[in-house]
Amino acid sequence: MIKSIKTPLTPEIIDDLKAGDKVLITGIIYSARDAAHKRLFEMIQKGEELPVDLKGQIIYYAGPCPAKPGTVIGSAGPTTSGRMDPYTPLLIEKGLKGMIGKGLRSKEVVDAIITHKAVYFAAIGGAGALLADTIKKAEVVAFPELGPEAIYEFHVEDFPAIVVIDKDGNDLYKIGKENYRKI
Amino acid sequence: MREIHIDEIISAVEKLCIDANIILPDDVKREINKYYETESSPLGKEVLKDIIKNYKIAEEKNIPICQDTGFAVFFVKLGQDLKIVGGNLTDAINEGVRRGYKNGYLRKSIVNDPLIHRKNTGDNTPAIVHYEIVPGDKLQITFAPKGGGSENMSALRMLKPADGVEGVKKFVLETVDKAGSNPCPPIIIGVGIGGTIEVATLIAKKALLRPIGQPHPQPEIAELEKELLNEVNKLGIGPQGFGGTTTALAVHIETFPAHIASLPVAINIQCHVARHKEIEL
Repeated sequence: MIKSIKTPLTPEIIDDLKAGDKVLITGIIYSARDAAHKRLFEMIQKGEELPVDLKGQIIYYAGPCPAKPGTVIGSAGPTTSGRMDPYTPLLIEKGLKGMIGKGLRSKEVVDAIITHKAVYFAAIGGAGALLADTIKKAEVVAFPELGPEAIYEFHVEDFPAIVVIDKDGNDLYKIGKENYRKI
Repeated sequence: MREIHIDEIISAVEKLCIDANIILPDDVKREINKYYETESSPLGKEVLKDIIKNYKIAEEKNIPICQDTGFAVFFVKLGQDLKIVGGNLTDAINEGVRRGYKNGYLRKSIVNDPLIHRKNTGDNTPAIVHYEIVPGDKLQITFAPKGGGSENMSALRMLKPADGVEGVKKFVLETVDKAGSNPCPPIIIGVGIGGTIEVATLIAKKALLRPIGQPHPQPEIAELEKELLNEVNKLGIGPQGFGGTTTALAVHIETFPAHIASLPVAINIQCHVARHKEIEL
């Protein structure tokens, strides 16, 4: 079953999402990857105000290609989430509710997801052209000097993703693999 | 002696960068479509369908298949009877990359220094160029952009000669299993066996360029490729790691003579966006 959800994420939306669910996300999501995460993390540690209010929001681990003239954005698929693991628990603690990326997460991230009732989605890695099609508006809102690693505000419509880790810590990567493992 | 001007090389490289990032090679498309038919997991099948849809959109809209347009890696065969005029060959390749990544609206993904500053170079240079001097007066350039996500899941192990075929198999299966969903499966697995550490890793990368479906010329190695592909696809990882029967599209092994004391094995993992393109000037 495909669930259509809107951002920002509320506890009711998160409650309803189970590992393996397909979702179509509509609303605002923020891109941030390695360098932007490092900066956000350091700003929180220093007690500085963040350039983006993360409460209830979704971060998309993505560094898009530049937009061709007349288009909103270039190819924009997910990057490997695991690299953001050292920074993620603190961001979740500060109110982040959802993440979109691809690949495995650390135990610390899964624990933070369970404790603070957040959710981890995967988008299809490599499918940057397909995913860019769902981005209707894109604007750099922080760290423009980081180039592709700047924080973008994306207005997405029916952005397709899969719930990988739900608020109870169920993990599709583990469940899916076990179901088909023959070795 | 035949002469070639660097302007011709710069233009060719610019075009290679753009084309390779937008159009997936036919053998890769064919294999993805083949596995779409055989995938057991309904979710895995849907993923493969989206992957097919994605490369079609990229071609129709003339945009990169994947936003990670990669490190610009080149394999160049330079005929010893060819004279490059107008400048330096490596500089020309870098200039082609600069133009290609700018004019093709490709993502610039290279930082100037790996550890301390990590400032984006802004033009995706420097390229990585592997040169080979060959007979003749032609210049053959193969461009293979390499994304970071799959490259990060690669591995090298210095096995003992006594570890043999079983040791190689174990290492490949462990590496793919550990990588799981990270390198965007279905993947292509390049395995380099023999040589020294740098040769093993280099031939592992070269193995990724071989057309899918073309087995290694040595029958025992071809058999091992087949067996490994079969085993890897039993791991259950499946498309994007969501579970399924398609974890890899191919296993390609390249070998090189080894020292009596050594059995180096390198694994270079490539995601399903297995881009590469070749040109001869």
